[in-house]
Amino acid sequence: MADVRLEEVRKSFGTTEVIKGIDLEIDAGEFVVLVGPSGCGKSTLLNLVAGLETLSSGDIFIGGRKMNDVPPRDRDIAMVFQSYALYPTKSVRENITFGMMTRRIPKDEQDVAVKEFSSLLHIQDYLDRKPGQLSGGQRQRVAMGRALVRKPEVFLFDEPLSNLDAKLRIEMRTEIKKLHQRLGKTAVYVTHDQIEAMTLASRIAVMDDGHIRQFADPATVYEEPVDLFVASFMGSPPMNMIPGRLRRDGGLFLENTGPDGASFRFPIPESIARRIEKPEGHEVVLGLRPETIFAAGTELPGKDRFVFERPVDVVEPTGPDTMIVFEIGGSDLIARVRPQDAGQSGKLFRFEVEMDKAKLFDAATGLRL
Amino acid sequence: MRRRQQIGIVRRRGIGQSIQRVFLFALLGLFCLYYLAPLIVMVSNSLKSLEEIRMGTLISLPRDVTFEAWGKAWNAACVGVRCDGLEPYIWNSVFMVVPAVAISTFLGALNGYALTKWRFRGADIIFALILFGAFIPFQVILLPMARTLGLLGLAGTIPGLILVHTVYGLAFTTLFFRNFFIGVSDGIVQAAQVDGAGFFGIFFRIVLPMSLPAIVVTVIWQFTQIWNDFLFGIAFTVGDSNPVTVALNNVVNTSTGVKEYNVDMAAAIIAALPTLAVYVIAGAYFVRGLSAGAVKG
Repeated sequence: MADVRLEEVRKSFGTTEVIKGIDLEIDAGEFVVLVGPSGCGKSTLLNLVAGLETLSSGDIFIGGRKMNDVPPRDRDIAMVFQSYALYPTKSVRENITFGMMTRRIPKDEQDVAVKEFSSLLHIQDYLDRKPGQLSGGQRQRVAMGRALVRKPEVFLFDEPLSNLDAKLRIEMRTEIKKLHQRLGKTAVYVTHDQIEAMTLASRIAVMDDGHIRQFADPATVYEEPVDLFVASFMGSPPMNMIPGRLRRDGGLFLENTGPDGASFRFPIPESIARRIEKPEGHEVVLGLRPETIFAAGTELPGKDRFVFERPVDVVEPTGPDTMIVFEIGGSDLIARVRPQDAGQSGKLFRFEVEMDKAKLFDAATGLRL
Repeated sequence: MRRRQQIGIVRRRGIGQSIQRVFLFALLGLFCLYYLAPLIVMVSNSLKSLEEIRMGTLISLPRDVTFEAWGKAWNAACVGVRCDGLEPYIWNSVFMVVPAVAISTFLGALNGYALTKWRFRGADIIFALILFGAFIPFQVILLPMARTLGLLGLAGTIPGLILVHTVYGLAFTTLFFRNFFIGVSDGIVQAAQVDGAGFFGIFFRIVLPMSLPAIVVTVIWQFTQIWNDFLFGIAFTVGDSNPVTVALNNVVNTSTGVKEYNVDMAAAIIAALPTLAVYVIAGAYFVRGLSAGAVKG
């Protein structure tokens, strides 16, 4: 079992700094997902861990050993690439055994390993085919097999599922999770898909612009995002963001004023209000997850509910839930309601908000209050 | 009712369209004839006796087919003062072209691989400089190359010619392979690195087997260039070491005796056959290579 430790890691390409000083401690056996929008540096960071890129500064340790000048082959890692990167002229079997061949592992040991992992991944029937003759999902399995077969200490995944169709992606996601539970090896997984991040990770590192914004378990990242970026990146449909000013008027309110001058007030519940020391009129952003806005009276009553009426703009059924898009102060908001509660576009609709699930952010710094 | 066409893009139908197509194919046929005419004349005259050529015209087809001219061109035609036909010179060309093509193709593949998959500072500048070599006219390097070959003691020899063609061909072979490898996913090389293979391990085991289409294109190009070269051949070899192109010239331009058109034509075809063969054999392989084993990503 090996842990992975990054200390003050930086990487520049020419004059552009891509990784801007990252510290990260990944415990042995953990499944860490690096998630972020494209261009945030997550794949570069993975390549640095793999040794496919040289560090500009900082240190990388795997299993306590400093890896800065250790080539990829000696890091005891295996990697699954987005493009699968199978060797097109080699058969599936040769693809899987190539790494063992270069390490001069005896043939009978190779055969045993191939047998074990090909049945685990259900690829035993096409060991003699070329990658070109396989479907996308089969290629993905072969790529996984190639990584698994050497039993490395650390697995690195670079968006391994993004080339698969939606159904297969969900299947493989589950399978990756099963494999991790079974093998218990450390894994670092890069994706831009926040659902993949939520489902797979034991801890998620949300990256943006070469920094790690938040590193925590999925529930914390979702429920207690540190800033606006994390809050808006995690969750689908994304969190509703309502800009406004703080008002103290017998309680704390967020007052949103639209371009037409009409203002709308959300009461801030006591649980949040007691943390807020910002003065009256301070610019803030209220974050409401779509699932915390629903049709009034359809959930058991709870504390800090706020009920209001707005006209429905668009109704978007997704099957299990229906999204209702409405507008406050010029910004579109999304509510997630049960299909049978869905209103009609153009008509008034009574919404109920669970205000104690609301998040409040400082508009200037983006940090959560 | 005619049956509808089963495959391809939907086309308008009607009498106007039919006339257009007849016209189109007539025009294509005409061009075909135009391009094939020289070959037809050459083949037909090489199969005539000298007598028949003298009596008739160059355009008429042979009355009595005879391979005499071919035999003479192969081993009895006079090249300068020697009268052994083209055979020894064909072998000269083979001994020149095979190593020159092999070495330049191999080095081009290595260059292209290093320039694209092991990117280093200044790789683009180095590639631009190599590419520059493709634009240097043959004539410009004649004198410096002659001096170089003299200093190396290779003047007037086949190895000297191999060196010239290898060096001159590197610009093209590097270009071909570089452009092929730029389209090969870097991930494959990275995967092989993680798998523990080194620079040459990846090159020989992964990259080179993948580059069959590029190899075939390069071999066709280099073979044609080197086999058909006349300038380097006449400038850097003497007499017995001449390649077949120079020998052919000496056969045709002989100033003594009767002009043997049939032998000239046969000799010209013989000299051109190997490149034709490479096109046919490698070309078919090339098409197969393109369609098989292609893998996305």
